[in-house]
Amino acid sequence: MGTISLNNINKSFGSTKVLKQLSLDIQDGEFLTLVGPSGCGKSTLLKIIAGLEQQNSGDVIIDDKNVNSTRASKRDLAMVFQSYALYPHLTVRKNLETPLKLRDYSFVERLPLIGNFVPSRKEKKKSIDDLVFKTSETLKITELLDRKPGQLSGGQRQRAALGRAMVREPVAFLMDEPLSNLDAALRVHMRSELSELHNSLKTTFIYVTHDQAEALTMSTRMAVMIDGELLQLDTPSEVYNNPSSLRVAEFVGSPKINTFDAEIRSDGFAEFNGIRLEKKFNTNSQKALVAVRPEHLEITKDSNKPAFEAKVSYKENLGSDIFYHVQVDQSDSKIIVRGSPQAGLISNGETIKISPSHSEAMLFEISGERIR
Amino acid sequence: MLARHYIGESWKHGLLIIGALIVLIPFYMMVSMSLKSQQEIQSISGGLVGAQEIQTFPVCTKHGYTEEVCTMRPYKYNFWFAFKKAPIPRYLMNGLIVTVSIFLIQVLIALPCSYALAKLRFKGREFVFSMVLFCLLIPVHAIALPLYVMLAKAGLVDTYAALIIPWTISVFGIFLMRQFFMTVPDELIDAARMDGMGEYSIVWKVMLPVAIPALLAFAIFSVVAHWNDYFWPRIVITGNRDLFTPPLGIREFRGGIDSDEFGPMMASIVTVTVPLIVAFIIAQKRFVEGITMTGMK
Repeated sequence: MGTISLNNINKSFGSTKVLKQLSLDIQDGEFLTLVGPSGCGKSTLLKIIAGLEQQNSGDVIIDDKNVNSTRASKRDLAMVFQSYALYPHLTVRKNLETPLKLRDYSFVERLPLIGNFVPSRKEKKKSIDDLVFKTSETLKITELLDRKPGQLSGGQRQRAALGRAMVREPVAFLMDEPLSNLDAALRVHMRSELSELHNSLKTTFIYVTHDQAEALTMSTRMAVMIDGELLQLDTPSEVYNNPSSLRVAEFVGSPKINTFDAEIRSDGFAEFNGIRLEKKFNTNSQKALVAVRPEHLEITKDSNKPAFEAKVSYKENLGSDIFYHVQVDQSDSKIIVRGSPQAGLISNGETIKISPSHSEAMLFEISGERIR
Repeated sequence: MLARHYIGESWKHGLLIIGALIVLIPFYMMVSMSLKSQQEIQSISGGLVGAQEIQTFPVCTKHGYTEEVCTMRPYKYNFWFAFKKAPIPRYLMNGLIVTVSIFLIQVLIALPCSYALAKLRFKGREFVFSMVLFCLLIPVHAIALPLYVMLAKAGLVDTYAALIIPWTISVFGIFLMRQFFMTVPDELIDAARMDGMGEYSIVWKVMLPVAIPALLAFAIFSVVAHWNDYFWPRIVITGNRDLFTPPLGIREFRGGIDSDEFGPMMASIVTVTVPLIVAFIIAQKRFVEGITMTGMK
C-alpha cells in the first residue's frame, strides 16, 4: 500500500509563503510528478511528505495514518536526491546496507565489535546481504558494490542512490530531481529505466522535477505547481491538451504556447488578428486571450483560409521539425510556429500566412482562467 | 633575451632561498650541535657532524660515572647523557598524553557544536556563532590568571587535568569545522535522516568521516600548539617533574653546574622535535589523500 494524502498544507519560511493551502491525493502505485518552475515549492512539499521539513499547518496522511509527528525514518519512505547524497566514505555495498542495518538491527547489534557476538545478528545480516544482492542485480550494479562513490560515474552513482532507496522496500519513493545532474543522453535513457522500474516495482513514486519533458513522459499523473499552489492535477495528455489556466498552458509545452489579444464580439465569438474563431465561448468579458500551441498554427498558401500575415525573424531547425519565430504584422508580439521540413524552405525575413486550428485554440480570461 | 629571462627568474629564487635558509639554519644548528663535542661547538668547527673522536667527557665524570663509562663518541654521549640527565621518555609520554587528550576532547566538543552551527536551524544561531568569533579574539595570556585561580581553587594545579581542561573547548576548532560543514550538501544529512540516523549518529557516522581532511588540518594546529606550549605548563606545573611536558623538560638543561654543555641539550631538543616532524610528514600524506577524496558532489 502506498496512498498519501496532503490536506491543506501551509508552509512559510519567515515571511515568504512557500505553500498555500495545498491538498493532494496520491493513489497507490501511481507515478506522480510534481512539476513547476524553480522556487514553486515542489521540493519543500516533497520534504514535508518525507518528514524532513515540518509544515506550519495541515496534515500528511500515509496509508490512512496521520504522520505529522512521525520521524522521517519511521514513515517508511525512501528518497533519491539530486546530488545522490551517497555516503562518500562508504562503499556502495555499505551505502546500501546502512538503511537496512539502521532499521533492522537493535541498538546492541549495531555496536561495533560487541554486535558481532549477538546471535540474532547473523540471521539479520544474511537477509540484508540477500536484499542488497537482489537490488544490485536489478539495477545491474553488482560489480560496483565494492567501490566508493568517488570512483563511480554520474549514472552509476544515480543507480547506487536508487539502490539505497530500493533496498528498504518502502511504501513510496520520493525523488527530488534525480536526473538533473546527468548529461542529456543519459537523462533520456534513465527516464525509460525509471519508468520500467516503476512498472516492475508497482510502488508509489513521487517525482519532483522542473523539466516538463520528464513529467510528460514518465508520469501517470502530473501535478503542476506554481507559486506554492497546485494549479492542475491530471494525466500528462490532459494537462497538455486541456490546461485549466493560462499559467499551466504556458508552463507545459515546449516551445511555449502562443498567446494573442482577442476581442469577444457581441455574438459570443472571439476574434484576434482579424480571424474569427469558429467556436463559441461562454463568457461575459469583452477582452480575452487566445492561446494556440505552435503545432496548431499552420503555415498556409491557401488564400481562402482565414489567416494572418507574419514575418519570419529566426528559424530553429530540430531536424524533425522547424520552429519559426515570427513577427506578427499588426502587433509587436512574437510567436512561434511549427513547420515541417517537407513543406519547403522558408528563409528569414520572408512573409508567411498563418492559419490557426480552430478546434485546438483555447480562450483565457485576461486574469488567466480558462474560458470553455 | 633568454639570459634576461633567467636573471628575472633567479632573483625570485634567490629571495626564496634566503627565506628558506632563515627557517632551516636553526634546525641545522640544532642537529649539528646535538652530534658534536663541546670543544667543536665552542670553536665553531667540524662542519655538520664533527670529527667524532672518542673522548672522555668531564661533566659526565662529575656526575659520578666512571671514566670508562664516560668515554665514547660525542654523538653517542650527547644523546646518552641527555636521557641520563632527565627522564626524557617520561616527558615525551606526558606530551603525548596531554596533546592527544586535548585534541580528542576538542573534537568531541567542536564537531557537534559546529554541526549545529552549520546545519541546524534554531533561534539565536547567528548570535552564538558571532560569540564564537568573538572568543577567537581573546588572547590566552589575558585569561591565564583567572584560569589559574580557578584551577587552584579546584585543587587541580600540578595535575594532567590542569594541562588539559583549559584547552578542551577550541573556538578555533568550532569555527574551522563549521566553515567546513557549510560546504557539506544538506542532502547528505537529509539522506542520513531518511535512513534513520539520529542527529548524534549523523555527527559521528557521516560528518566525521567526511570531515577527515579538515580535522587533520585542525589536528596539526592543535597538536603543534600544545606540544610546543611552554607558557601554560610553566604556570600550572609548579614542581612535580613527573608531569613535565617536553618544553618544560628542556628547561632542565638550563642552569646548574653544566649549564654550558650544549651537546646533550641539543640532543634533547632533537628528541622532542622529531616526533612532531614525523607526525607532520605522516599527516601531510593523509592530508593530500583527504583532499582528493571526492564523490560528495
